[in-house]
Amino acid sequence: MSDNLYEQIGGETAVNAAVDIFYRKVLADDRINQFFDGVDMEQQAAKQKGFLTFAFGGPNNYTGKDMRDGHAHLVARGLNDSHFDAVMENLGNTLKELNVPDELIGRAAAIAESVRDDVLGR
Amino acid sequence: MIKYEGRNYSLDQNETVLDCLLRHGIAPPYSCKSGLCHTCLMRATQGTPTSDSQKGLKQSQISQNYFLGCACVPNEFMDITLPNSEAFRSITTVLNIAQLNDSVLRLRLKKPDNFNYFAGQYVTIYNNNGIGRSYSLASVPGTDDFLEFHIQVIPNGTVSNWIKQAVSVDDSITIGEAIGSGIYTNDNLKQSIALIGTGTGLAPLYGILRTALLKQHKGDIRLYHGSRSSANLYLQDALQQLANEHSAFTYIPCISGAEPLPEALTAGRANDVALKDIVNFKKWRVYLCGNADMVKASKRSIFLAGASMQDISADPFAHA
Repeated sequence: MSDNLYEQIGGETAVNAAVDIFYRKVLADDRINQFFDGVDMEQQAAKQKGFLTFAFGGPNNYTGKDMRDGHAHLVARGLNDSHFDAVMENLGNTLKELNVPDELIGRAAAIAESVRDDVLGR
Repeated sequence: MIKYEGRNYSLDQNETVLDCLLRHGIAPPYSCKSGLCHTCLMRATQGTPTSDSQKGLKQSQISQNYFLGCACVPNEFMDITLPNSEAFRSITTVLNIAQLNDSVLRLRLKKPDNFNYFAGQYVTIYNNNGIGRSYSLASVPGTDDFLEFHIQVIPNGTVSNWIKQAVSVDDSITIGEAIGSGIYTNDNLKQSIALIGTGTGLAPLYGILRTALLKQHKGDIRLYHGSRSSANLYLQDALQQLANEHSAFTYIPCISGAEPLPEALTAGRANDVALKDIVNFKKWRVYLCGNADMVKASKRSIFLAGASMQDISADPFAHA
């Protein structure tokens, strides 16, 4: 079996399946959904797709600076560790729902976790 | 070789459309350069985009030759434009103006020869001072040989009042090209379709509905048309007639204001009635048109009720 996480999770097909489920969980989550009020849903879904591709170890051009710049306005509105934790939880539950094995979920979570400080502007 | 906004550019080997334009000092909107963010969405008016460059786009965008510039290494000549750029205008003739109800006019224009569109798209209509407003097409290409628009006459509305007061049959009128991705795609004939609109949001839905019926759509089609009062509904007879002729189609006119209602009308806002009625939108194709607040709120609530983002088309009207 390939050691490539993105291929093991299922590549672009998996991302497409995950994006609706993940975004729906995020929007329904009262801990974090205030950050999504008033945003264009299609653009947001495209961003979620970028994030999931990144977390699944797929091809992306995201940098720490992008993460900082992209979230600075949310940090100014109070985005903190508890919100990041909530997103991580939704990510994990999305992958569980898609029957992704725990070991792969752990690896995706570790990738997502690696941008915590950039997202929170630290 | 590609043509972009009227000028030719030659591509290097394996160069994407976006990279080629950037190399030539042209900066179309772009962001991720990975085919994910869709910021560099473009459209080919000539030539066919590569399938790689259409991954992740909506079926309706694919059928209109939309593609992502960052993911397209062309294998043939392409003439490229940005979405919604008003490259084309045509001058046409007014065929007919009729009153659909107290505040809605039906405007029919001659279809210019080179004018292509899909039912459900919209067109900018320009007044004699060159001020434009977008109106949805209610006509169906191939079936109707005219272009039909439903014009809500708004107090102080620059273009709508001009149409009402100054435009008559046989006048010339300038229009833009048809744009918008809220169109019928017959890639899944069995999919259930919900058409939800308020006011003249009915216009594009009427075109989409008739297209779906024409293509012998097999899944359920439910049209929720909302209006404040029963006097503001229109096309009721035509829609009820279609419902009588096609068992898969149900017409549900909804009235949000307080008034005693006959049995044929449902009390409530169209979007609320649809949510209560359908409950779980998983696997549904949904079209939302009309009042901008309704469209925005419904897009979210219908997504949360299970519809895939890919399956929701939203067309908010600035004044509806």
